[in-house]
Amino acid sequence: MSSWLNEISSVLLSTLRDIAPILSIIIFFQLAIIRRPFSHLKNLIIGMIYVIIGITFFLVGLDKALFPLGAMMAEQLTSDSFIQPSTDQSISIAWRDYIWVYVFGACIGFATTLAEPSLIAVAIKAQQISAGAIRAWYLRLAVSAGVSFGIALGTYRIVSGTELYLFIIAGYIVVIIQTMFAPKLIIGLAYDSGGVTTSTVTVPLVTALGIGLASSIPGRNPLLDGFGLIAFASLFPIIAVLAYAQLTEWLAHRTQQNPPDKGD
Amino acid sequence: MFKVKNKFFRQLIDSVKDLIPIFAVIFVFQIFILRQPIPDLGDIAIGTVFVVLGLTLFIQGLEKSLFPIGDNMAYAFAKKGSLFWLMAFAFSLGFGTTVAEPALIAVANEAARIAAEGGMIDLSDAAKTSYALGLRYTVAVSVGFAILLGVLRIIRGWPLHYLIIPGYIGVVVMTFFAPDTIVGIAYDSGGVTTGTVTVPLVTALGVGLASAIQGRNPMTDGFGLIAFASLTPMMFVMLYGILI
Repeated sequence: MSSWLNEISSVLLSTLRDIAPILSIIIFFQLAIIRRPFSHLKNLIIGMIYVIIGITFFLVGLDKALFPLGAMMAEQLTSDSFIQPSTDQSISIAWRDYIWVYVFGACIGFATTLAEPSLIAVAIKAQQISAGAIRAWYLRLAVSAGVSFGIALGTYRIVSGTELYLFIIAGYIVVIIQTMFAPKLIIGLAYDSGGVTTSTVTVPLVTALGIGLASSIPGRNPLLDGFGLIAFASLFPIIAVLAYAQLTEWLAHRTQQNPPDKGD
Repeated sequence: MFKVKNKFFRQLIDSVKDLIPIFAVIFVFQIFILRQPIPDLGDIAIGTVFVVLGLTLFIQGLEKSLFPIGDNMAYAFAKKGSLFWLMAFAFSLGFGTTVAEPALIAVANEAARIAAEGGMIDLSDAAKTSYALGLRYTVAVSVGFAILLGVLRIIRGWPLHYLIIPGYIGVVVMTFFAPDTIVGIAYDSGGVTTGTVTVPLVTALGVGLASAIQGRNPMTDGFGLIAFASLTPMMFVMLYGILI
């Protein structure tokens, strides 16, 4: 019990320390530059307390319930005793041996992104602004699918040892081409969704996976090859959200062009 | 009172739904793939309650405080009409929220270790500390600059991709000149800069500005601040690697 209390108070302190600079900037600009008191001050304070306690509870819970288990699993899945590398001498590293790592990466990337608080915030805002044209839930699903694919590909890259920048450059080219054809309304949101996917929940688990993988494969340096998964997890959601918008537009277009189909 | 409670419970159920996939993935892999029992079930159960409550409270607080703050400040600055103070606010918000970000501190220390082992800097602790500190300030300045540029874009109404695509090209070109050891860290630093409090605040600020300024569309012009904040750190960190 006391370990929980210790944990809560230390997480609460570090949350307060994170929020302090943000709050002081806001208060300074509001009072010294805008020179008006905050409206609905009581609500703001209550809301801020909710945010601080919410983040604290969220992090303490993750630390106690999920991260140790998730990190341990990432370690076990990438260990030699689980993978039993093929004895075939003709291929030094068989990428197929690591198939469960890619599957785990994909699943955990999808699941953690769905629970990412910053993504929920952006999705709520997008739904409000678009008057419901963009559904928060579908947007989050699209982003999660992107992260899922990104992590799977990123773990494959660590195993195969391909250069990071080749994938990133190819990804950028896809984004640029999609940008030319995607509906203009979605572009800002799509670009933003790359940055919001990787914060509280996803980063620790994904980092454990990358470092575990890079240390178990001969010839990989965990310090060099363990990085890069976050980059994948930020790039592919952009592609996924743009694709989602293109698909929605295309479907809407098709039903508009063939009104008789409506009766089916 | 009843209505408030009702909303809270609805949000609580939503949070449970949001978290089910993580638990499903971990349990299925642990039991069926790794074939091992789940340790410390008691801790996991209490932890789960914490996570669900925390997410619920955060989302309630979001709509009560972070969104309105971002919105109101956007409107106040738009009404005041002082570009200089808005830019100053944008820069401080980006810089201030990033410089103390724990994820960034972790990445900067890691980068200093790699640089020391790679022989780019001295192995001494002092050299590593100053390298890590330099990197942190580099990223923080880059995020401040990103929010500033993003706000300027919203005011001027420049299309987002005119700025982002050259940014991508810049990242790619710099990749060829930056030392190999820093490239992975630079790419990852784009993802670690945007924390849970910053994102809603900055999003509300951008959307609020785009709604307050005539001729801007909140949907096309309001988003994009986070995108800048993820892009500029990559370029600044590689530049740091090239210069040091």
